[in-house]
Amino acid sequence: MHETILEVKNLSKKFDDFIAVDQINFSVIKNEIFGFLGPNGAGKTTAINVLTGLARPTSGTIFINGADYTANIKKAQEMIGIVPDESNLYDEMDGFENLCFCASLYGIKKTEREQRARSLLQQFNLVEAGKKPYKSYSKGMKRKLTIAAGIIHQPSVLFLDEPTTGIDVASARQIRLLIKNLNETGTTIFMTTHYIEEAERLCHRIAFIVKGQIIKTGKIDELMEDAQKEKIIQFSFGGKVQLNQFQQDFCLQFSPCDLSQIQESVFQVRSETTLDLMPFMSFFDSRGIKVMEAKIIKPSLEEVFVKITGIERDLMKKEKEGKK
Amino acid sequence: MKTAIAFWNILLKDMRNYYLKPPNISWGIIFPFAWMLMFFLKSQTPVDVRTVLPGVMAMSILFGTTSMLAVTITFERRSRSFDRLLLSPISLTWLMLAKTLGAILFGIVNAFVPMLIAIFFTSVSNINWAILILSVFFIAITSTFLGLFIAVSVSEVFEAQTFSNFFRFPMVFLCGLFFPISQLPVFLRPLSYIVPLTYGADLLKTAINQNGHITLGISLLVLLFFSMILFLISKRNIQHRWIY
Repeated sequence: MHETILEVKNLSKKFDDFIAVDQINFSVIKNEIFGFLGPNGAGKTTAINVLTGLARPTSGTIFINGADYTANIKKAQEMIGIVPDESNLYDEMDGFENLCFCASLYGIKKTEREQRARSLLQQFNLVEAGKKPYKSYSKGMKRKLTIAAGIIHQPSVLFLDEPTTGIDVASARQIRLLIKNLNETGTTIFMTTHYIEEAERLCHRIAFIVKGQIIKTGKIDELMEDAQKEKIIQFSFGGKVQLNQFQQDFCLQFSPCDLSQIQESVFQVRSETTLDLMPFMSFFDSRGIKVMEAKIIKPSLEEVFVKITGIERDLMKKEKEGKK
Repeated sequence: MKTAIAFWNILLKDMRNYYLKPPNISWGIIFPFAWMLMFFLKSQTPVDVRTVLPGVMAMSILFGTTSMLAVTITFERRSRSFDRLLLSPISLTWLMLAKTLGAILFGIVNAFVPMLIAIFFTSVSNINWAILILSVFFIAITSTFLGLFIAVSVSEVFEAQTFSNFFRFPMVFLCGLFFPISQLPVFLRPLSYIVPLTYGADLLKTAINQNGHITLGISLLVLLFFSMILFLISKRNIQHRWIY
């Protein structure tokens, strides 16, 4: 039996006429990483703000550990940890002082908070940095310390808002590993991201959110299932090939397969039924087209996302680059 | 107990990060000293230190508390570290009290700098210390909550400074420190009585020179009233603008 830590029912947040979060429903199960995946402006941060108490819901209910905290999320703040999309600790204080201060906000006594701070600095490889002022940290170190500050009071659920946005590749990798380790040691995590690969690598379950609405929720495998119904074989040819050279014959012979050109010499064949490689090889061979490579393409989460949300790959890519 | 730990540590953090920083300590000393010097220089006749003391003390508190609080809260808001406080389980009322207590203490210390300077120049006998301490405390609270009101009404540090001056300078000129209220133009006199500093300055005059003209109880009540109103408006502003 799965224990539900966070349950959200029909949650909405409106700003005048603009609906930032529109009737969303989801639950987060103990010890899982639940991800909100969506483009910028999808309502991810607003949703986190509502769930953590930085914004008031317009309607809907929020249950944490089975109790309704919608009207007074303040009372639930002891049970939740928050890591905002921008690191927001205190520049003048060193890492150790920052962690101790954050623990004190939850009423943790001095000896206990110092012990926890030391242990977290060790766990996050920040022992040396812990003695230096926060303002001297790199972005990656700042984010790591902010995550440590988010869990120092040992919350039931940790909210991570875009945890790797704006940091370099190596630091992002370290942070992903850290999130994975945290989860493996029992921390339930709710995270938002607009990086599809990040969601795919980290999350047990994902909700696709677009324009404030959850389009689909499920485990990665479940989400992939639909897309996996379509079989794809990708052919790479020896040189430049014109699609119109053989498109008509191909469609006649392999109906209802769909043929599309990906690059100058790369084509994809898609079908709802099982594809046999040999007839295609013979078809191209008979037309003097040399096949250099043929491979079965497994649909990625990105393709599933594009298919379900209708958001173009290019848009997500642009956003990724923009956010970096 | 948990609230007490959080409250104490917020206060301690602010004291270390802001109020006990060398520039602010020196500002706290230089500012009142400069005010006193200004009174001495502008006067054609020898100035009795005790006559300028209430004014200098009141202005030191007013400028010290409003400047510090308006900047520190606005700054923390900008860097989003104030969100961290809003997201912690401490209630908003206790959080605001913890954030303002540092400024109140800073204002009280600022008020006694001119007193320490005055001790070198004049006798401080006949001062009613009980009223003096009470009035410094009440002025510090009212000024701090004015600073809080300013801080939660703006979003930029420079706006906080500009907005502070919008309140501070008219208050200084209307409160009877530079010109007795009775010598102000008739149409300005009612305004003097809606300025909290008038009551604070009058309390200080009563304590130091026994020449205040408003009843002690009324002045204390008015300052208490202003403090409560400013605090409640600030709390409402935070609830509506920062927890949107």
